Amino acid sequence: MARTSLSAVALQLSGSGAAVSEPAGPASATATPTFVLDVNGREHQLTVDARVTLLDALRDRLGLTGTKKGCDQGTCGACTVLVNGRRIDSCLTLAVMHEGDRVTTIEGLASGEQLHPIQAAFIKNDAFQCGYCTPGQLMSAVGMVNEGHAIDRNTVREQMSGNICRCGCYPHIVDAVLDWKGRS
Amino acid sequence: MKPAPFDYYCPRSLDEALALLAQYGDEAKVLAGGQSLVPAMNMRLARPGVIVDVNRLPEAAVIERCDGSLRVGMLARQADLERMPVALDAVPLLAQALPHVGHWQTRNRGTVCGSLAHADPSAELPLAIVVLDGAIEARSSARGTRWIAAGQFFESYFQTALQNDEIVVGASFPARREGWGYAFEEFAGRHGDFAIVAVACAVALEPNGVASEVRLGLGGVADKPHLAPLTAYCGRVLSQRDLPEIANAAVADIEPPSDLRGSARYRRALATNLAQRALTRALASARTACDGLAQ
Repeated sequence: MARTSLSAVALQLSGSGAAVSEPAGPASATATPTFVLDVNGREHQLTVDARVTLLDALRDRLGLTGTKKGCDQGTCGACTVLVNGRRIDSCLTLAVMHEGDRVTTIEGLASGEQLHPIQAAFIKNDAFQCGYCTPGQLMSAVGMVNEGHAIDRNTVREQMSGNICRCGCYPHIVDAVLDWKGRS
Repeated sequence: MKPAPFDYYCPRSLDEALALLAQYGDEAKVLAGGQSLVPAMNMRLARPGVIVDVNRLPEAAVIERCDGSLRVGMLARQADLERMPVALDAVPLLAQALPHVGHWQTRNRGTVCGSLAHADPSAELPLAIVVLDGAIEARSSARGTRWIAAGQFFESYFQTALQNDEIVVGASFPARREGWGYAFEEFAGRHGDFAIVAVACAVALEPNGVASEVRLGLGGVADKPHLAPLTAYCGRVLSQRDLPEIANAAVADIEPPSDLRGSARYRRALATNLAQRALTRALASARTACDGLAQ
């Protein structure tokens, strides 16, 4: 699993689970906040349970189902999106935490019918088989290049360690990224 | 949606956040990067009734050099540090440990201080700060600020010296010092997974080659980072031939757990090998540092 190890995890972390009624605290509490989410340059007003992850908000509330749910615990990378240009696992973050952030999903990568060059490179290099992990791989590749990585095969493999492909298309994925980098 | 219901607060100042913790005590949980807390809530291993999201606190992501240390503010992401060559150069052990902390996706979100507060016994950053003898800055509304030495901060599995009303507001990692060498070694099932065993090592040499300090910590072998008692090897010149003995001494009193990822016996063998590797590299890097001084 992601950032939690060992069977001893069950020992940790307190709390009864009961929802708290009217708080007297300084900040206002809510279980169903209303907020604005900027996704692919479009603003969406959402009123969702605070428990909803960014991934579920994208898929279930905004209908942007290109972002995939694989493990839901930060291991597989299928849900990778960009937040302010940085790649993150959308399953490991709550939607409400991202008011004011710029979220980019796979739907925001192409310009109309014009594929993003990394998408074209994936097709050219046959970099997928079943395709389930592909949106995450693409977003991770874009994030990696934003970070200034992706120089050689080993670096690409290392820097994209957070994206699993169960079809085992890694060699072609690396080819595609390097192909894109070579041309960009 | 999988977490149990909670009330969500997003305070805009540290005082507000501290007041919430004072009010709700152990019912509240601080949410920063969320890379451990969110999956734990998704699996309902954690069921906090109140979430205090500290991501909007101003000035909390500062990373700065001060007084021979690198100070990392509560919201500094692991990747922020990794993107900062000045910081990595200041604390070479962190530079070596950070790439083992999860993946880029998790490091872009996960905070350094959050990893310390979470206190996973296999995590890299707690191990690094213990070996460096750093400190954690905790704050509460009732008692103000206190610094907790890393050696006292980690108490057991996911247990720290933090009180329910306290937040980690920063951590201090001692910067590279003259004559010191550092090494971090880890083995995990897959790169980025939690360590089965991790070793952090810091060795200080006098200009005459005598080792004045040998610090070696082990992660994944106990309920918290384990600092090996190696003072017996200080005050003498160490050669490569001494290192197997030191590595054996380093693991002499550990009782590693057995689980799906490795038996106790396997972990002990792994710890011995990684300790020897880390000692070798730290000693070599300390010698280079000393040679640099001599010139």
